[in-house]
Amino acid sequence: MFADLFAYFYQFADVFAFLVLSAAGLAVIFGMMGIINMAHGEFIMCGAYATTFAYHAGLPLPLAQACGVVAAGLIGIVLEATLIRPLYSRPLDSLLVTWGLGLIATQGTLIVLGSSMAGIGTPGGGFRLGGYGFSIYRMILFAAALCVLAFIYLLFKRTRFGIYARATMQNANMAQALGVRRNRIYALTFGIGAALAGLCGALYAPTMTLIPTMGATFIVEAFVTVVVGGANVLLGTAPAAVALAVTRTTLNGLYGQVFGQIGLLLAVVLIIRVLPEGFSGWLAKRAS
Amino acid sequence: MASETILKVAGLHASYDATPILRGINLEVGGGEIVAIIGRNGVGKTTMMRCMIGLLPAASGTIRYAGREITSLPADRRARLGIGYIPQGRDVFPRMTVEENLQVGELIGQSRRPPATDLVYEYFPILKERRDQLAGTMSGGQQQQLAIGRALIGSPDLLLLDEPSEGVQPSIVQMICRVLRSIRDRHGTTIVLVEQNLDTILALAERCLVMEKGQIIAEISAGLVTQDSVRRHLLI
Repeated sequence: MFADLFAYFYQFADVFAFLVLSAAGLAVIFGMMGIINMAHGEFIMCGAYATTFAYHAGLPLPLAQACGVVAAGLIGIVLEATLIRPLYSRPLDSLLVTWGLGLIATQGTLIVLGSSMAGIGTPGGGFRLGGYGFSIYRMILFAAALCVLAFIYLLFKRTRFGIYARATMQNANMAQALGVRRNRIYALTFGIGAALAGLCGALYAPTMTLIPTMGATFIVEAFVTVVVGGANVLLGTAPAAVALAVTRTTLNGLYGQVFGQIGLLLAVVLIIRVLPEGFSGWLAKRAS
Repeated sequence: MASETILKVAGLHASYDATPILRGINLEVGGGEIVAIIGRNGVGKTTMMRCMIGLLPAASGTIRYAGREITSLPADRRARLGIGYIPQGRDVFPRMTVEENLQVGELIGQSRRPPATDLVYEYFPILKERRDQLAGTMSGGQQQQLAIGRALIGSPDLLLLDEPSEGVQPSIVQMICRVLRSIRDRHGTTIVLVEQNLDTILALAERCLVMEKGQIIAEISAGLVTQDSVRRHLLI
């Protein structure tokens, strides 16, 4: 009985971690800056590739993963300052530019590095409980997802940077008229979003095949979590991930993976029909 | 009252899109003065305030603040030099608490003075009482107090106030006028305000500049700000 319950929880934790880690970077950039980053998957790919490179160069895995995070973050900061910044009041154009960047990154990687790359074996081994086998690394991913949620919450709620970033999001002109360096806030916020995407790639690099289009694996989950969560990342992401993970895990268990995926997408359609502003819009309305 | 000039604007022109709004503003404000810019709707008063804080670029002309040319500086640099701006409509950050709103204002006096949180709470006790409330859920008068407190917390040397009485009940307006006078008396803060409300002008202003079609066309000198003189110019 306990083993069955744990097995369900384990499946849930696996899906939850995937949703949260996929969506975090996209959610920060969309929620804080209103930019729909179509190159999100490529930032994830960048994190995975940089991690793998660093690992093959001899770094221990956690350090290699840190390299993946930093690489994606730095690229994000540079792209924000050069290409994204002029497009803040033009959401469709920024969407197009980030989409183009994503295509360039995917095809560029294919040309330069080839169609696949030697991966990293999944570390951490496993354990058995009541006839089921579990991977320790999957539990680490779940812990990482919780840490990411806590990090985003504390960063935007409890730090000076977070207060300036939220002020800029709510009224950029007024924030600037009070002394907030708006460009710096935008660059850092975009950089943090890109770094979180890089973290997703870094963490999943040991579990999957490295191909230039690997970012696409995460895109559907990332977008549905952000849409269901709504514009306020701090309120929406966690409940959205829980609701979607429960749906998918239950259907996976009862009818298999395919129905899990179908159910997930149906759940998204239903939720945004009932809660058009996502969980965060609904929670904010209830609070006021 | 006026000592050294703290703000000097010369030949300032500015436009919205292609429409020229400011057509050569000239004015000078002394340190510690309280000066009201008066005039009818649409003469460019708010545009001038936005231009002085840096939210609207000047097409030509110069703005000097504390002996330094600031015409091409971005708004955030001007704020950190000690200019506190309270816009028309207040523009508090609606989904942030009162306390968080105030923390943004601390940047104004950054690196020069510690934040004047106690002073702001002393002048506006309602802000202390409601410091955990979301700013967007407060009344107009409370938001106006927050917007002023948010600028005062950074101990600015110059306050730019755009229609502080608009949409605020008279008793609160009187209280705000008392606070602003007291701030000037205690700290020597210079105050430039745009205002149309006669009572507010009379309660605060020591000198008035009359604006018409994007220019300063007349002045009511210190000591001559009376009901009659102001009313005459407001009706121009």
